[in-house]
Amino acid sequence: MISPPRPVEPPVGEASAPFWEATRAKRLVVQWCTACERPIFYPREVCPVCLGSSLEWRDSQGRGRIDAFTVEHRPQPSFADEPYVIALVDLADGVRMMTNIVGCRPEEVRVGMEVVVSWEPLTDGRNLAVFGPAPETRAGGAR
Amino acid sequence: MSGPERTLRAASAIVGVADAASPTGELDLHGRALEAAMVKEALDDAGLELSDVDGVCHAESSMAVAEYLGVHPRFTESTMTGGSSFEVHVEHAAAAIAAGLCEVVVGVYAATPRSDRTQGRPSRRRLPAGPNPAAEWEWPFGLRMPMGPYAMAASRHMARFGTTSEQLAQIAVSTREWASRNPRARYQSPLSVKEVLDSPLQCAPLHLLDCCLVTDGAGAFVLTSAARAKDLARPPVYVLGAATAHDHMMISQMPDLCVTPGAVCGPRAFAMAGIAPADVDVLMGYDSFTITALLHLEDLGFCAKGEGGPFVEDGKTGPGGSLPMNTNGGGLSYTHPGMYGMFLLVEAVRQLRGECGSRQVDGAEIAVAHGSGMVLSCMSTTVLGTEATLG
Repeated sequence: MISPPRPVEPPVGEASAPFWEATRAKRLVVQWCTACERPIFYPREVCPVCLGSSLEWRDSQGRGRIDAFTVEHRPQPSFADEPYVIALVDLADGVRMMTNIVGCRPEEVRVGMEVVVSWEPLTDGRNLAVFGPAPETRAGGAR
Repeated sequence: MSGPERTLRAASAIVGVADAASPTGELDLHGRALEAAMVKEALDDAGLELSDVDGVCHAESSMAVAEYLGVHPRFTESTMTGGSSFEVHVEHAAAAIAAGLCEVVVGVYAATPRSDRTQGRPSRRRLPAGPNPAAEWEWPFGLRMPMGPYAMAASRHMARFGTTSEQLAQIAVSTREWASRNPRARYQSPLSVKEVLDSPLQCAPLHLLDCCLVTDGAGAFVLTSAARAKDLARPPVYVLGAATAHDHMMISQMPDLCVTPGAVCGPRAFAMAGIAPADVDVLMGYDSFTITALLHLEDLGFCAKGEGGPFVEDGKTGPGGSLPMNTNGGGLSYTHPGMYGMFLLVEAVRQLRGECGSRQVDGAEIAVAHGSGMVLSCMSTTVLGTEATLG
Protein backbone atom coordinates (compact mmCIF):
# COMPACT_ATOMS: atom_id res chain seq x y z
CA MET A 1 0.00 0.00 0.00
CA ILE A 2 0.99 3.57 -0.55
CA SER A 3 1.54 5.04 2.90
CA PRO A 4 0.17 8.56 3.37
CA PRO A 5 1.23 11.26 3.60
CA ARG A 6 2.89 11.12 0.22
CA PRO A 7 6.41 12.51 0.08
CA VAL A 8 5.43 14.56 -2.96
CA GLU A 9 2.14 16.43 -2.73
CA PRO A 10 1.05 18.27 -5.85
CA PRO A 11 1.52 22.04 -6.03
CA VAL A 12 -1.41 24.11 -7.28
CA GLY A 13 -0.54 25.25 -10.79
CA GLU A 14 -1.26 28.63 -12.33
CA ALA A 15 -4.41 27.37 -14.07
CA SER A 16 -5.60 24.60 -11.81
CA ALA A 17 -6.90 26.20 -8.59
CA PRO A 18 -10.54 25.29 -9.42
CA PHE A 19 -9.52 21.68 -9.97
CA TRP A 20 -7.93 21.42 -6.55
CA GLU A 21 -10.69 23.37 -4.79
CA ALA A 22 -13.23 20.86 -6.13
CA THR A 23 -11.19 17.99 -4.69
CA ARG A 24 -11.85 19.36 -1.19
CA ALA A 25 -15.45 18.21 -1.74
CA LYS A 26 -14.23 15.04 -3.53
CA ARG A 27 -15.48 16.33 -6.86
CA LEU A 28 -13.44 15.54 -9.98
CA VAL A 29 -13.73 18.37 -12.49
CA VAL A 30 -12.35 18.74 -15.99
CA GLN A 31 -11.55 21.93 -17.84
CA TRP A 32 -13.35 22.46 -21.16
CA CYS A 33 -12.89 24.91 -24.02
CA THR A 34 -16.35 26.24 -24.80
CA ALA A 35 -15.25 27.37 -28.28
CA CYS A 36 -13.89 23.98 -29.34
CA GLU A 37 -16.26 22.05 -27.07
CA ARG A 38 -13.31 19.85 -26.10
CA PRO A 39 -11.96 18.78 -22.71
CA ILE A 40 -8.46 19.89 -21.66
CA PHE A 41 -6.03 18.10 -19.40
CA TYR A 42 -3.76 19.14 -17.77
CA PRO A 43 -5.43 22.50 -16.99
CA ARG A 44 -4.07 25.49 -18.89
CA GLU A 45 -4.68 29.22 -19.18
CA VAL A 46 -5.56 28.71 -22.84
CA CYS A 47 -7.00 25.93 -24.97
CA PRO A 48 -4.19 23.91 -26.62
CA VAL A 49 -6.24 23.63 -29.80
CA CYS A 50 -7.48 27.19 -30.45
CA LEU A 51 -5.40 29.17 -27.91
CA GLY A 52 -8.63 30.80 -26.80
CA SER A 53 -9.43 31.47 -23.16
CA SER A 54 -13.16 30.76 -22.99
CA LEU A 55 -12.72 27.89 -20.60
CA GLU A 56 -14.99 26.38 -17.97
CA TRP A 57 -15.02 23.56 -15.43
CA ARG A 58 -17.42 20.68 -15.69
CA ASP A 59 -17.99 17.72 -13.41
CA SER A 60 -16.29 14.56 -14.55
CA GLN A 61 -18.16 11.29 -14.76
CA GLY A 62 -15.40 9.94 -12.55
CA ARG A 63 -14.96 6.76 -14.50
CA GLY A 64 -12.58 5.54 -17.12
CA ARG A 65 -10.44 2.76 -18.49
CA ILE A 66 -6.79 1.87 -17.92
CA ASP A 67 -4.72 2.64 -21.04
CA ALA A 68 -1.38 1.50 -19.61
CA PHE A 69 0.16 0.79 -16.23
CA THR A 70 3.23 -0.36 -14.40
CA VAL A 71 3.78 -2.03 -11.06
CA GLU A 72 6.61 -0.46 -9.07
CA HIS A 73 8.40 -3.42 -7.51
CA ARG A 74 11.10 -1.41 -5.73
CA PRO A 75 9.16 1.21 -3.78
CA GLN A 76 10.98 3.98 -2.00
CA PRO A 77 10.44 3.24 1.71
CA SER A 78 9.03 6.75 2.14
CA PHE A 79 6.38 6.03 -0.48
CA ALA A 80 5.08 2.52 -0.04
CA ASP A 81 5.85 -0.71 1.76
CA GLU A 82 4.93 -3.06 -1.08
CA PRO A 83 4.50 -2.97 -4.87
CA TYR A 84 1.96 -0.44 -6.12
CA VAL A 85 0.38 0.48 -9.43
CA ILE A 86 0.78 3.68 -11.47
CA ALA A 87 -1.55 3.94 -14.44
CA LEU A 88 -2.71 6.19 -17.24
CA VAL A 89 -6.51 6.30 -17.15
CA ASP A 90 -8.63 7.46 -20.08
CA LEU A 91 -11.59 9.19 -18.48
CA ALA A 92 -14.97 8.82 -20.13
CA ASP A 93 -14.88 12.63 -20.34
CA GLY A 94 -12.19 12.36 -23.03
CA VAL A 95 -8.97 13.15 -21.20
CA ARG A 96 -6.12 11.01 -19.88
CA MET A 97 -4.56 11.37 -16.46
CA MET A 98 -1.90 9.64 -14.43
CA THR A 99 -3.05 8.07 -11.19
CA ASN A 100 -2.62 5.13 -8.83
CA ILE A 101 -4.84 2.07 -8.94
CA VAL A 102 -6.05 1.12 -5.47
CA GLY A 103 -8.60 -1.27 -4.03
CA CYS A 104 -7.26 -4.39 -5.71
CA ARG A 105 -4.02 -6.35 -5.81
CA PRO A 106 -1.46 -5.25 -8.44
CA GLU A 107 -1.69 -8.62 -10.18
CA GLU A 108 -5.43 -8.02 -10.76
CA VAL A 109 -4.83 -4.86 -12.78
CA ARG A 110 -5.26 -5.12 -16.55
CA VAL A 111 -5.00 -2.76 -19.51
CA GLY A 112 -8.57 -1.93 -20.51
CA MET A 113 -9.95 -2.39 -16.99
CA GLU A 114 -12.87 -0.13 -16.01
CA VAL A 115 -12.08 2.05 -13.03
CA VAL A 116 -13.84 4.67 -10.92
CA VAL A 117 -12.40 7.58 -8.98
CA SER A 118 -11.79 7.42 -5.26
CA TRP A 119 -10.08 9.92 -3.02
CA GLU A 120 -7.02 9.98 -0.83
CA PRO A 121 -6.59 12.90 1.56
CA LEU A 122 -3.68 15.31 1.12
CA THR A 123 -2.31 17.14 4.16
CA ASP A 124 -3.89 20.53 3.31
CA GLY A 125 -7.52 19.44 2.95
CA ARG A 126 -7.32 18.77 -0.76
CA ASN A 127 -7.81 15.21 -2.02
CA LEU A 128 -5.87 13.24 -4.60
CA ALA A 129 -7.82 11.42 -7.31
CA VAL A 130 -6.90 7.75 -7.40
CA PHE A 131 -8.88 5.00 -9.09
CA GLY A 132 -10.16 1.55 -8.21
CA PRO A 133 -11.93 -1.23 -10.07
CA ALA A 134 -15.46 -0.33 -11.17
CA PRO A 135 -18.02 -2.31 -9.13
CA GLU A 136 -19.22 -4.35 -12.10
CA THR A 137 -15.62 -5.23 -12.92
CA ARG A 138 -15.11 -6.60 -9.43
CA ALA A 139 -18.34 -8.56 -9.56
CA GLY A 140 -17.95 -9.69 -13.13
CA GLY A 141 -15.65 -12.33 -14.54
CA ALA A 142 -13.55 -10.07 -16.75
CA ARG A 143 -10.23 -10.94 -15.19
CA MET B 1 8.47 19.72 -48.29
CA SER B 2 10.48 16.89 -49.86
CA GLY B 3 12.18 19.20 -52.35
CA PRO B 4 13.83 21.61 -49.92
CA GLU B 5 14.54 18.83 -47.42
CA ARG B 6 16.55 16.94 -49.96
CA THR B 7 19.02 19.80 -50.11
CA LEU B 8 20.68 18.51 -46.93
CA ARG B 9 21.51 15.23 -48.65
CA ALA B 10 25.29 14.76 -48.76
CA ALA B 11 25.91 18.45 -48.13
CA SER B 12 27.99 17.57 -45.08
CA ALA B 13 29.94 14.67 -43.67
CA ILE B 14 31.11 13.40 -40.32
CA VAL B 15 34.88 13.33 -40.62
CA GLY B 16 35.98 12.68 -37.07
CA VAL B 17 34.64 10.78 -34.08
CA ALA B 18 35.72 9.77 -30.61
CA ASP B 19 34.16 8.03 -27.67
CA ALA B 20 35.23 6.78 -24.26
CA ALA B 21 33.81 3.97 -22.13
CA SER B 22 35.24 1.23 -19.96
CA PRO B 23 34.28 -2.27 -18.76
CA THR B 24 34.60 -0.89 -15.23
CA GLY B 25 31.90 1.64 -16.06
CA GLU B 26 34.20 4.42 -14.85
CA LEU B 27 36.54 6.84 -16.61
CA ASP B 28 39.54 8.66 -15.16
CA LEU B 29 38.60 12.09 -16.49
CA HIS B 30 35.35 13.95 -15.96
CA GLY B 31 33.70 17.25 -16.75
CA ARG B 32 35.23 19.71 -19.20
CA ALA B 33 38.58 17.89 -19.19
CA LEU B 34 36.87 14.77 -20.50
CA GLU B 35 34.99 16.83 -23.10
CA ALA B 36 38.24 18.48 -24.20
CA ALA B 37 39.91 15.06 -24.56
CA MET B 38 37.04 13.91 -26.78
CA VAL B 39 37.22 17.05 -28.93
CA LYS B 40 40.99 16.59 -29.35
CA GLU B 41 40.58 12.93 -30.27
CA ALA B 42 37.82 13.63 -32.79
CA LEU B 43 39.77 16.48 -34.40
CA ASP B 44 42.89 14.29 -34.59
CA ASP B 45 40.77 11.57 -36.15
CA ALA B 46 39.66 14.07 -38.80
CA GLY B 47 43.07 15.61 -39.31
CA LEU B 48 41.76 19.02 -38.27
CA GLU B 49 42.89 21.58 -35.68
CA LEU B 50 40.92 23.41 -33.00
CA SER B 51 41.53 26.59 -35.02
CA ASP B 52 39.48 25.09 -37.85
CA VAL B 53 36.37 24.87 -35.65
CA ASP B 54 33.73 27.53 -36.26
CA GLY B 55 30.69 25.78 -34.80
CA VAL B 56 30.04 24.12 -31.44
CA CYS B 57 27.20 21.85 -30.27
CA HIS B 58 26.56 20.86 -26.65
CA ALA B 59 23.34 19.74 -24.97
CA GLU B 60 23.79 21.94 -21.89
CA SER B 61 25.76 24.99 -22.98
CA SER B 62 27.64 25.37 -26.23
CA MET B 63 28.76 28.76 -24.88
CA ALA B 64 30.37 27.33 -21.76
CA VAL B 65 32.16 24.54 -23.56
CA ALA B 66 33.32 26.85 -26.37
CA GLU B 67 34.74 29.28 -23.83
CA TYR B 68 36.59 26.47 -22.06
CA LEU B 69 38.04 25.26 -25.36
CA GLY B 70 38.94 28.78 -26.46
CA VAL B 71 36.74 28.54 -29.54
CA HIS B 72 34.86 31.59 -30.87
CA PRO B 73 32.15 29.96 -32.98
CA ARG B 74 29.82 31.56 -35.52
CA PHE B 75 27.38 28.64 -35.25
CA THR B 76 26.16 27.66 -31.79
CA GLU B 77 23.76 24.90 -30.84
CA SER B 78 22.53 23.98 -27.34
CA THR B 79 19.30 22.19 -28.11
CA MET B 80 18.47 19.80 -25.29
CA THR B 81 16.06 17.00 -26.18
CA GLY B 82 17.55 14.41 -23.83
CA GLY B 83 19.26 11.41 -25.40
CA SER B 84 18.42 12.44 -28.96
CA SER B 85 20.15 15.83 -28.59
CA PHE B 86 23.17 14.76 -30.63
CA GLU B 87 21.17 13.62 -33.65
CA VAL B 88 19.33 16.96 -33.45
CA HIS B 89 22.71 18.70 -33.34
CA VAL B 90 23.86 16.88 -36.47
CA GLU B 91 20.63 17.85 -38.23
CA HIS B 92 20.97 21.51 -37.31
CA ALA B 93 24.69 21.63 -38.03
CA ALA B 94 24.17 19.94 -41.39
CA ALA B 95 21.58 22.58 -42.24
CA ALA B 96 23.89 25.37 -41.11
CA ILE B 97 26.76 24.00 -43.19
CA ALA B 98 24.47 23.57 -46.21
CA ALA B 99 23.42 27.22 -45.80
CA GLY B 100 27.02 28.39 -45.56
CA LEU B 101 26.75 29.62 -41.95
CA CYS B 102 29.82 27.66 -40.85
CA GLU B 103 32.20 24.99 -42.06
CA VAL B 104 33.62 22.84 -39.23
CA VAL B 105 31.28 21.94 -36.36
CA VAL B 106 32.25 20.00 -33.25
CA GLY B 107 29.68 18.32 -31.03
CA VAL B 108 30.70 16.91 -27.67
CA TYR B 109 29.21 15.14 -24.64
CA ALA B 110 30.55 13.74 -21.39
CA ALA B 111 28.83 12.44 -18.27
CA THR B 112 30.25 10.39 -15.43
CA PRO B 113 27.34 9.37 -13.19
CA ARG B 114 29.10 6.25 -11.91
CA SER B 115 32.40 7.80 -10.88
CA ASP B 116 30.63 10.93 -9.64
CA ARG B 117 29.02 8.62 -7.09
CA THR B 118 32.10 6.59 -6.17
CA GLN B 119 34.29 9.70 -6.00
CA GLY B 120 31.73 11.72 -4.07
CA ARG B 121 31.52 14.48 -6.65
CA PRO B 122 28.38 16.60 -6.64
CA SER B 123 25.62 15.28 -8.90
CA ARG B 124 25.13 17.17 -12.13
CA ARG B 125 21.43 16.39 -12.08
CA ARG B 126 19.38 19.52 -12.62
CA LEU B 127 15.71 20.23 -12.16
CA PRO B 128 13.80 21.74 -15.03
CA ALA B 129 13.42 25.51 -14.87
CA GLY B 130 10.05 27.19 -14.47
CA PRO B 131 6.61 25.78 -13.68
CA ASN B 132 6.63 22.05 -14.21
CA PRO B 133 3.31 20.30 -14.82
CA ALA B 134 4.93 16.98 -13.95
CA ALA B 135 5.22 18.09 -10.32
CA GLU B 136 1.47 18.55 -10.22
CA TRP B 137 0.17 15.76 -12.45
CA GLU B 138 2.77 12.97 -12.36
CA TRP B 139 5.22 13.11 -9.45
CA PRO B 140 2.62 12.56 -6.70
CA PHE B 141 1.89 9.07 -8.02
CA GLY B 142 5.38 7.67 -7.50
CA LEU B 143 6.29 6.80 -11.09
CA ARG B 144 10.02 6.04 -11.16
CA MET B 145 12.02 7.90 -13.76
CA PRO B 146 12.98 7.06 -16.34
CA MET B 147 11.89 3.42 -16.41
CA GLY B 148 8.27 3.91 -15.29
CA PRO B 149 7.06 5.55 -18.51
CA TYR B 150 8.79 2.91 -20.64
CA ALA B 151 7.20 0.17 -18.55
CA MET B 152 3.81 1.73 -19.25
CA ALA B 153 4.55 1.68 -22.98
CA ALA B 154 5.57 -1.97 -22.70
CA SER B 155 2.35 -2.83 -20.86
CA ARG B 156 0.30 -1.14 -23.56
CA HIS B 157 2.22 -2.87 -26.37
CA MET B 158 1.79 -6.25 -24.69
CA ALA B 159 -1.95 -5.75 -24.17
CA ARG B 160 -2.57 -4.43 -27.67
CA PHE B 161 -0.31 -6.68 -29.73
CA GLY B 162 0.48 -9.69 -27.56
CA THR B 163 4.15 -8.80 -27.27
CA THR B 164 5.86 -10.97 -24.64
CA SER B 165 8.54 -10.46 -22.03
CA GLU B 166 10.55 -13.17 -23.83
CA GLN B 167 10.51 -11.13 -27.03
CA LEU B 168 11.67 -8.00 -25.23
CA ALA B 169 14.37 -10.03 -23.50
CA GLN B 170 15.65 -11.27 -26.87
CA ILE B 171 16.59 -7.69 -27.72
CA ALA B 172 18.84 -7.58 -24.65
CA VAL B 173 20.29 -10.99 -25.57
CA SER B 174 21.07 -10.04 -29.18
CA THR B 175 22.57 -6.76 -28.04
CA ARG B 176 24.78 -8.60 -25.54
CA GLU B 177 26.07 -10.78 -28.39
CA TRP B 178 27.35 -7.60 -30.04
CA ALA B 179 28.79 -6.36 -26.75
CA SER B 180 30.83 -9.56 -26.43
CA ARG B 181 32.73 -8.30 -29.49
CA ASN B 182 33.42 -4.88 -28.00
CA PRO B 183 36.35 -4.97 -25.54
CA ARG B 184 35.23 -1.67 -24.00
CA ALA B 185 31.69 -2.83 -23.27
CA ARG B 186 30.54 -2.81 -19.65
CA TYR B 187 29.00 -6.28 -19.97
CA GLN B 188 30.49 -8.80 -22.40
CA SER B 189 29.53 -12.23 -21.07
CA PRO B 190 26.75 -14.18 -22.83
CA LEU B 191 23.19 -13.57 -21.70
CA SER B 192 20.09 -15.77 -22.01
CA VAL B 193 16.42 -14.88 -22.25
CA LYS B 194 15.93 -16.75 -18.98
CA GLU B 195 18.54 -14.62 -17.24
CA VAL B 196 16.74 -11.47 -18.35
CA LEU B 197 13.40 -12.83 -17.12
CA ASP B 198 14.99 -13.98 -13.85
CA SER B 199 16.51 -10.56 -13.17
CA PRO B 200 14.52 -8.54 -10.62
CA LEU B 201 11.36 -6.81 -11.77
CA GLN B 202 11.86 -3.06 -11.56
CA CYS B 203 8.81 -1.38 -13.02
CA ALA B 204 6.78 -4.32 -14.32
CA PRO B 205 6.84 -5.58 -17.00
CA LEU B 206 10.46 -4.41 -17.26
CA HIS B 207 13.18 -6.43 -15.54
CA LEU B 208 16.58 -5.11 -14.51
CA LEU B 209 18.17 -6.51 -17.68
CA ASP B 210 15.54 -4.79 -19.85
CA CYS B 211 17.07 -1.52 -18.63
CA CYS B 212 20.12 0.39 -19.80
CA LEU B 213 23.30 0.74 -17.80
CA VAL B 214 24.46 3.65 -15.68
CA THR B 215 28.09 4.25 -16.67
CA ASP B 216 30.58 6.99 -17.38
CA GLY B 217 30.90 7.84 -21.04
CA ALA B 218 31.85 10.57 -23.46
CA GLY B 219 32.09 11.25 -27.15
CA ALA B 220 32.50 13.81 -29.90
CA PHE B 221 31.94 14.25 -33.61
CA VAL B 222 33.29 16.63 -36.24
CA LEU B 223 30.99 17.59 -39.10
CA THR B 224 32.13 19.59 -42.11
CA SER B 225 31.06 20.43 -45.65
CA ALA B 226 31.19 17.71 -48.28
CA ALA B 227 33.78 19.78 -50.15
CA ARG B 228 36.08 20.13 -47.15
CA ALA B 229 35.56 16.47 -46.21
CA LYS B 230 37.12 15.10 -49.37
CA ASP B 231 40.80 15.58 -48.48
CA LEU B 232 40.81 14.89 -44.73
CA ALA B 233 42.35 12.02 -42.81
CA ARG B 234 39.46 9.54 -42.97
CA PRO B 235 36.84 8.54 -45.53
CA PRO B 236 33.90 10.95 -45.19
CA VAL B 237 30.66 9.60 -43.78
CA TYR B 238 27.97 11.68 -45.43
CA VAL B 239 24.79 12.91 -43.79
CA LEU B 240 22.20 11.65 -46.26
CA GLY B 241 19.11 12.49 -44.27
CA ALA B 242 18.09 14.02 -40.96
CA ALA B 243 14.78 14.76 -39.27
CA THR B 244 13.38 15.33 -35.79
CA ALA B 245 9.94 15.15 -34.22
CA HIS B 246 8.46 15.40 -30.73
CA ASP B 247 4.92 15.09 -29.51
CA HIS B 248 4.99 15.34 -25.72
CA MET B 249 7.17 16.01 -22.72
CA MET B 250 5.38 13.98 -20.03
CA ILE B 251 4.39 10.37 -20.63
CA SER B 252 0.81 11.17 -19.58
CA GLN B 253 0.59 13.50 -22.61
CA MET B 254 1.92 10.97 -25.16
CA PRO B 255 -0.85 10.55 -27.75
CA ASP B 256 -0.36 6.78 -28.23
CA LEU B 257 2.07 4.83 -26.07
CA CYS B 258 2.70 2.39 -28.90
CA VAL B 259 3.67 4.99 -31.52
CA THR B 260 6.66 7.28 -31.00
CA PRO B 261 7.40 10.47 -32.94
CA GLY B 262 9.95 8.30 -34.77
CA ALA B 263 7.02 7.33 -36.99
CA VAL B 264 7.14 10.94 -38.22
CA CYS B 265 10.85 11.76 -38.37
CA GLY B 266 12.08 8.32 -39.44
CA PRO B 267 10.23 8.27 -42.78
CA ARG B 268 11.15 11.94 -43.35
CA ALA B 269 14.84 11.26 -42.84
CA PHE B 270 14.67 8.16 -45.04
CA ALA B 271 12.89 10.14 -47.78
CA MET B 272 15.55 12.86 -47.65
CA ALA B 273 18.22 10.20 -48.00
CA GLY B 274 16.30 8.45 -50.77
CA ILE B 275 16.40 5.12 -48.96
CA ALA B 276 14.00 2.45 -47.73
CA PRO B 277 14.37 0.39 -44.54
CA ALA B 278 15.69 -2.54 -46.60
CA ASP B 279 18.68 -0.38 -47.61
CA VAL B 280 19.90 0.00 -44.02
CA ASP B 281 23.00 -2.07 -43.25
CA VAL B 282 23.37 -1.04 -39.58
CA LEU B 283 20.67 0.34 -37.29
CA MET B 284 21.81 2.21 -34.22
CA GLY B 285 18.47 2.54 -32.42
CA TYR B 286 18.54 4.11 -28.98
CA ASP B 287 18.04 1.27 -26.47
CA SER B 288 17.37 2.93 -23.16
CA PHE B 289 15.12 -0.07 -22.54
CA THR B 290 14.29 -3.12 -24.63
CA ILE B 291 10.85 -1.68 -25.41
CA THR B 292 12.48 1.49 -26.77
CA ALA B 293 14.39 -0.45 -29.43
CA LEU B 294 11.31 -2.49 -30.31
CA LEU B 295 9.26 0.66 -30.91
CA HIS B 296 11.99 2.05 -33.19
CA LEU B 297 11.89 -1.09 -35.36
CA GLU B 298 8.19 -0.56 -35.96
CA ASP B 299 8.17 3.21 -36.28
CA LEU B 300 11.10 3.27 -38.71
CA GLY B 301 9.33 0.70 -40.89
CA PHE B 302 11.55 -2.35 -40.42
CA CYS B 303 8.37 -4.22 -39.53
CA ALA B 304 4.70 -3.34 -39.26
CA LYS B 305 3.24 -1.73 -36.15
CA GLY B 306 2.69 -4.40 -33.55
CA GLU B 307 5.02 -6.93 -35.17
CA GLY B 308 8.19 -5.92 -33.34
CA GLY B 309 8.00 -8.88 -30.96
CA PRO B 310 7.89 -11.61 -33.61
CA PHE B 311 10.43 -9.58 -35.66
CA VAL B 312 13.15 -9.73 -33.00
CA GLU B 313 12.52 -13.16 -31.50
CA ASP B 314 14.70 -15.09 -33.98
CA GLY B 315 17.73 -12.95 -33.10
CA LYS B 316 17.93 -11.15 -36.44
CA THR B 317 19.25 -7.98 -34.79
CA GLY B 318 22.30 -9.81 -33.46
CA PRO B 319 25.61 -10.80 -35.15
CA GLY B 320 24.96 -12.62 -38.40
CA GLY B 321 21.33 -11.49 -38.46
CA SER B 322 19.61 -9.66 -41.28
CA LEU B 323 19.35 -6.35 -39.38
CA PRO B 324 22.46 -5.65 -37.28
CA MET B 325 21.26 -3.37 -34.48
CA ASN B 326 23.34 -1.63 -31.82
CA THR B 327 26.59 -3.27 -32.83
CA ASN B 328 28.61 -1.59 -30.08
CA GLY B 329 26.53 -3.37 -27.44
CA GLY B 330 24.09 -0.51 -27.02
CA GLY B 331 22.89 1.31 -23.98
CA LEU B 332 21.93 -2.10 -22.62
CA SER B 333 25.48 -3.54 -22.53
CA TYR B 334 28.08 -1.05 -23.83
CA THR B 335 27.59 2.23 -22.01
CA HIS B 336 24.82 4.63 -21.00
CA PRO B 337 25.89 7.81 -19.23
CA GLY B 338 22.41 9.38 -19.38
CA MET B 339 22.17 10.80 -22.90
CA TYR B 340 23.35 8.01 -25.16
CA GLY B 341 22.67 9.45 -28.62
CA MET B 342 26.32 10.44 -29.17
CA PHE B 343 27.39 6.79 -29.14
CA LEU B 344 24.87 5.91 -31.86
CA LEU B 345 26.58 8.36 -34.21
CA VAL B 346 30.12 7.28 -33.31
CA GLU B 347 29.42 3.58 -33.89
CA ALA B 348 27.51 4.26 -37.13
CA VAL B 349 30.50 6.22 -38.46
CA ARG B 350 32.97 3.51 -37.45
CA GLN B 351 30.88 0.81 -39.10
CA LEU B 352 30.76 2.79 -42.34
CA ARG B 353 34.53 3.29 -42.18
CA GLY B 354 35.03 -0.45 -41.62
CA GLU B 355 36.83 0.01 -38.32
CA CYS B 356 34.82 -2.29 -36.06
CA GLY B 357 37.01 -5.41 -36.01
CA SER B 358 35.19 -8.57 -34.94
CA ARG B 359 31.84 -6.77 -34.85
CA GLN B 360 32.23 -5.17 -38.29
CA VAL B 361 29.19 -5.57 -40.53
CA ASP B 362 30.62 -6.59 -43.90
CA GLY B 363 30.14 -4.06 -46.64
CA ALA B 364 28.18 -1.58 -44.52
CA GLU B 365 27.29 1.41 -46.71
CA ILE B 366 24.22 2.91 -44.98
CA ALA B 367 23.77 3.29 -41.23
CA VAL B 368 21.00 4.95 -39.26
CA ALA B 369 21.44 6.63 -35.88
CA HIS B 370 18.01 7.00 -34.31
CA GLY B 371 18.01 8.94 -31.06
CA SER B 372 15.28 8.93 -28.43
CA GLY B 373 14.99 11.68 -25.86
CA MET B 374 13.22 12.08 -22.51
CA VAL B 375 10.32 9.58 -22.20
CA LEU B 376 9.82 8.54 -25.84
CA SER B 377 9.31 12.27 -26.31
CA CYS B 378 11.71 13.51 -28.98
CA MET B 379 13.05 11.32 -31.75
CA SER B 380 15.74 12.34 -34.20
CA THR B 381 16.93 10.25 -37.13
CA THR B 382 20.28 10.62 -38.89
CA VAL B 383 20.91 8.62 -42.06
CA LEU B 384 24.62 8.23 -42.84
CA GLY B 385 26.28 6.81 -45.94
CA THR B 386 29.65 6.12 -47.48
CA GLU B 387 31.00 7.72 -50.65
CA ALA B 388 29.54 4.76 -52.57
CA THR B 389 26.00 5.82 -51.65
CA LEU B 390 26.26 9.22 -53.31
CA GLY B 391 25.67 8.05 -56.88
